[in-house]
Amino acid sequence: MACINPDGTLTKPAQTILRAMQHTAGAEDLAKATGFPLYRVRSVIRELMEAGLAVENDQQYAVSEAGMKKIF
Amino acid sequence: MSEHLSSECSGVSLPRLGAPAPAFEAVTTHGVVRLEDFKGGWLILFSHPADFTPVCTTEFVGFAEIHGELRSRNVELMGLSIDSVYSHIAWVRNIEEKFGVKINFPVIADLNKEVASLYGMIMPGESKTETTRCVFIIDPNGILRAMVYYPLTTGRNMQEILRLIDALQTSDKHKVATPANWQSGDPVIVPPPNTQEMAEERLGEGFECKDWYFCKKKI
Repeated sequence: MACINPDGTLTKPAQTILRAMQHTAGAEDLAKATGFPLYRVRSVIRELMEAGLAVENDQQYAVSEAGMKKIF
Repeated sequence: MSEHLSSECSGVSLPRLGAPAPAFEAVTTHGVVRLEDFKGGWLILFSHPADFTPVCTTEFVGFAEIHGELRSRNVELMGLSIDSVYSHIAWVRNIEEKFGVKINFPVIADLNKEVASLYGMIMPGESKTETTRCVFIIDPNGILRAMVYYPLTTGRNMQEILRLIDALQTSDKHKVATPANWQSGDPVIVPPPNTQEMAEERLGEGFECKDWYFCKKKI
């Protein structure tokens, strides 16, 4: 996975985007907040969700409990 | 045999202008990316024959040089070749080291030729193992709007790619067409009238007209 390193830590883009998700937001808001292109944010969000680190509700994304443990 | 059947039998898929661009998920130098990740913005998907080859290197430098201008037009770039992601990583690092140019766009590692086949990027008459120099312009709704194919021997013209983007975006915004050699800021073509009545009215509308069917205007 491009957002998780082999040792289980998050890559820099994944960390940045997950941190920005602490305030629930849509993909476009996250792109603006982090400076990453929208396609990159969508790709990272998908991987974070597959890893159980983020959750989605009506195209708004938030950090999951497991995700919180990764950023603190 | 119809063109469609012929394409199916030969195992080659050819995209069509005005139709939805074929969906894909691919491994890139920026992780796993899907076509739908670009929705809402324009995308230039381009292929090159192989990493670590001279013409392709000049093209990557060229694409990197217009990347900022493309982004200011809401256009993202994505490259593709039938090479591994490790080869791509080594090559873009080499370009940065030798040419001082950072490649900030993703490059698809299409080792199984899945995306190349979907988009008809392989021209067996030229090479059965390499993608030729294709450019696909996909609009914010995922519709394929332009295709350009160059042979293996000939590097692409970046200013023409920018011009094509400007022309497409101008046509969409103002519902006009653009004449030969048009450049941003030049007069544009007003669509020809469809009825005799409209043709007569057209001449009184203040456009710059040579005749009823040939009118330009400034925008």
